[in-house]
Formats: sequence, structure tokens, C-alpha cells
Amino acid sequence: MSQNTNPLSTATDLITTDGFQLHEDDRQAMLTERDHYEQPQAACIEALKIVQKRHGWVPDGAIVAIAETLGIGAGAVEGVATFYSLIFRQPVGRHVILLCDSSSCFLTGYEALSEALSERLGISFGQTTGDGRFTLLPVCCLGACDRGPAMMIDDDTFGPIAADDLDELLEAYS
Amino acid sequence: MKAISKDSRLRYHCQLRQSAAERQADTHPLTWRLREDGARVGFEEYCAKEGYQSATHTLKERTPDNVIDTMKQANVRGRGGGGFSAGVKWGLTQVGDQLPRGYLICNADEMEPGTFKDRLLLEQLPHLLIESMIIAGYANRSYYGYIFLRGEYVEAASSVAMAIEEARQAGLLGSDIGGSGFDFDIALHTGAGRYICGEETALINSLEGKRANPRAKPPFPGQSGAWGKPTVVNNVETLCNVPSVMQHGADWHQGLSGRLSEDGGTKLYGVSGLVERPGLWELPIGTSGREILERAGGMRQGHTLKAWLPGGGSTGFLLPEHLDLPMDFDTIGQYGSRLGTGVIAVVSERQSIVSLLRNLEQFFARESCGWCTPCRDGLPWTVKILQALERGEGKPEYIEILEQHTIGLNSPRTFCAHAPGAMMPLESALKLFRAEFEAGIASTSLEGVS
Repeated sequence: MSQNTNPLSTATDLITTDGFQLHEDDRQAMLTERDHYEQPQAACIEALKIVQKRHGWVPDGAIVAIAETLGIGAGAVEGVATFYSLIFRQPVGRHVILLCDSSSCFLTGYEALSEALSERLGISFGQTTGDGRFTLLPVCCLGACDRGPAMMIDDDTFGPIAADDLDELLEAYS
Repeated sequence: MKAISKDSRLRYHCQLRQSAAERQADTHPLTWRLREDGARVGFEEYCAKEGYQSATHTLKERTPDNVIDTMKQANVRGRGGGGFSAGVKWGLTQVGDQLPRGYLICNADEMEPGTFKDRLLLEQLPHLLIESMIIAGYANRSYYGYIFLRGEYVEAASSVAMAIEEARQAGLLGSDIGGSGFDFDIALHTGAGRYICGEETALINSLEGKRANPRAKPPFPGQSGAWGKPTVVNNVETLCNVPSVMQHGADWHQGLSGRLSEDGGTKLYGVSGLVERPGLWELPIGTSGREILERAGGMRQGHTLKAWLPGGGSTGFLLPEHLDLPMDFDTIGQYGSRLGTGVIAVVSERQSIVSLLRNLEQFFARESCGWCTPCRDGLPWTVKILQALERGEGKPEYIEILEQHTIGLNSPRTFCAHAPGAMMPLESALKLFRAEFEAGIASTSLEGVS
């Protein structure tokens, strides 16, 4: 896993594709990630997350930039990008709400919360508010079942959430 | 903007519902080191609580084969839900001088609906997992370990990453661990969503940076797993049993469950749903559902128990009359269900089984990887039928169609265990709550004709 044994580690050109410019720090982070694995493709999920952390989502040009950085096919990167639910191939709001819709939350009030949240934001699942503030997405069981219904906003997990709590909660994310 | 404080009542904190006084080292091997305040147990505190002594001792005093034999005798069965003996699994890992050393993967992709147990260990006791992986890696002659953690477990990710670094600094990871001659290191791999990643061969594909479609078996991961090398995949809780088994022996581990079960050890049981005090408890394996439910304070006022899922969305429904059964793999398996993850979800008399099933099947339909047709097309079909029944617009043949699905989407007709798992609650509900399905069939009288 030494960097020296991999000929790709000598590539230093900045990659610019379709107006997308890969940040040098991000490129380095991807190369570091790559060295954790036997094959460079293994780093592509992390690479997508690196791009997403900076840009909020993964534009087309980033797919090519990641492919070239890791020395793998762009098709492989795109196949992965479209498979995983936490990789966004469309622009999202400044904050992403992941509302748990699995069985334990369903049994403890998910439907009422979901309705209240949609109404409060004026959007349904998969949509972004007009002011670009929130994107609402469903998520697999968040593993917070002892305090359902649960949700995440960005990296924060909350539960149990009643409809009355939404104002207080959403206000913290401008 | 008002930030939400760290201790806001709205924030989720994972917490065991057992006092430190109840949790002793000789009865609660998984949780006795947990702090009463629910904060993370750091490296120094872990070491002060006998941490890493088992790994250090094992690497010096035991051979890898001896570790595997001890695990077989202890009969530690897979806590991720499979129930397969960890020792037997390790015994199937291909090793030899001519073979490359392979990988040990910890499956921390906890996503089974209703399951929140591994989160506790990952967030609050990450060093127990690291110590376990050192021993497991040694037994399986692995040279590298991965912790495959679901992307949403943000706090667990920082907790585990810190633990890996602390262990590395202390010389417990890397080359020649503790002067034993054993080289082993661990990397944290965080996922990007999708339930199917918890299936062990799909997990390996995902680790390799591919779409998480399961692989055909054989070859089993122990023969050819990550990058074609021998690979062992174990659940977090399963692995966390290893240090105490090595420290106290297989007989001691067997004895933990007393006369309750033939399975050895303790189990992180839990309850969610409309109970008074949902939560987690470490109890002897084979504890009854009734005792676990009592610890949760019973059903919330105004609710009575109609049914329960013993261990996740892919386990079959059980009735109140099953509450006295020992919650172990073999017993629950005899009643049309599975122990699964051992974290119970209760259903109140006031809640609809058909609606809950619709929710469960929507989950499984969305999370199907789409690789095989029965799963990809069959699961959405069950959702449509259940939705129609929910609206009272079902046709008379719908129940029979659902029954056909429980056969057509079951082993061996699907590529992996995803659809069969989805069919288990449906199959059991069709037997136990048939009247609720029949009630969803639209009136068959000839109203419009006469």
C-alpha cells in the first residue's frame, strides 16, 4: 500500500473538466484514501464524499476528475455515484434533512412528523426549498429507534421529534 | 440563528438502561466498562479497566488455532442476525504458507429496521472493538482490518477513528504488536447509504468501491473475499465478545447464559415502539421477551401488545403468547421467526399490521439492489397490493398473490437473503393476522349490477 509503488501517485496535473475544478487538497485527500486499499477503485466512494463535502453535491465534471485522479474508468465512478443514497448527483440545499421512515419510527409517529415537516417546508421527499435552505430525503433506519421518530439534519441526529419541535429545530439551520 | 446545544433534549444520545452497579465484569462482558454518564470510554480509561490485556496475553500465549478452537467451544453465534458460529466461520478461513494473508472486516453497517445496539458499542466503547479485531485478525492470519461503518453514524466514526489512532500510538496496531511478531492494522471505511451493504458479500463489493450487489457463494469470503483474498466478516457485537472469551475461557462464556439457553454469553437486547422506556440492556442470551419488555416498563398507557418483531424488520411476527420463550437463535427459529439482531419492536393493538407491513415492504423494495428479478420486481408488487388492502380496495385474489410472493421471493429463488428477509414478516402476518388482510378486500357484493 506504499504510495511509491503506485505509478499514479506521480500525477500532479490539476484536473479541470466541464468547468469543474478539483481542489488540490481534495485530490491529495483522495490519494491518501487510495493508499488504504489494495486497489484504487476502493477509494472512489470516499472520493465522492470528499467532493460532496466541498460542493454539496457531485457535478458531472467531478466524476471525470475522480476517475482520472484514481486512474479508474469514469463509468465505474458514475455507477457507484448513482447507487449510493448519500451521494447526491443533483444540487441539494444548504442543509440535508434525512427523515427516518423505517418500522420503529413508523410505529412511533413518523407519518404525522413527515406530514408536518413537508407542510412546514413546502416540499416533498427529493425536493429542495425555494430558498435553497433544505433538501428533504428519506433514510433507512437511523438506529435511533429507542427515541423515534428520529431524523438527521446534516451531521446531527435528533429524536424523538414532535411536530411542535420543528420550529426550534429548523431555526438552528439557516 | 439559534444553534442546537449539545445537550438539547432534542438531540439523540444512545444510552444503556442499566446502572453501573448492575454491570459487573464477570456478568456483563460487553458493557461493564461503559460510563454511567454515557460518554465515550477513552484509551486510558479503557486500559485502566483491564483493556487490551486480553489481546496482549492472547498474542503471547495462544496460537491462532487455539483462539479459533476456544471460539468454537464458546459458541459465540453471529449477533448481526445470522446466528452462525464465529468460531466455525473462522475455522473455514483459508490459511497456509502458500496463501496470501487476507482481511478481517467488522460489519458496522447497522441498518436493520428497529436495531440500535452496535451504535452503543461503536460510540462509547470503540477500544473494545479494536481489541477484539486484533485477536480476530490474529486468529484468521489477517494482515489488515476494515471497520465498515454506515455513513450516517457520524459520532461513531469520530469515536472509532480516534480509537484507531490511540491504539496505533500505543503500539497496539501496526507491525510486531506488543513484541508478538504479529502485524495488523485497521482502517475505518465509512459507507454512503444502502441497507444491502450489510449483506457480507455486498459489503465486500462496496468496500472495493463497487455497487453493493451481493456476490455468488461459493466461493465464500473465507476462501475468496476482498480482492480475492481470504476475508472474514463479523458483526460489531459478535467481535466484542472475543476478548472476554479469551480472558475467561469458553466454559465461563457458556455459563453466562446459565440454564436459559444452549447459546453462550450475553446479548444486547432492546425494545422500541410504544413502550414506557424503550432502550437497551445486556442480558444473558435466552432471556425471555417478557423480561425484556418488563425492563422497558411494558406497553405505554392505553396500549396493549398485539405482536412483536424479535429482532428487526426481516424477522417474523410473534404473538404475546410467545413472550415466555427464551430469546435465542434456535428457539425463536422454531416459531416461524428468527432472533435476528435481538432488538424487539412492539406493535400495539391500536396499530395496523397491514400498514406496518406496507411500511416494511416499502423499505425492502427501496433497498433492493436490483440485481435479481424476483426481488427487484416482486417487492414493489407486494407494496402495491398492501397499499390497496390498506385503502380497503383489495381484490379477493390479493391474499393468494401475497402468499405466492412468500414462495417466489424466497430461497433459493433469489440471489441473496434480502427478499427472503422481506418475506418473513409477511409470511408470518398472513398466518397470524389473516383477518386484517381480509378486511382490506373491497366488498364483493354486486352493488353496481343490481
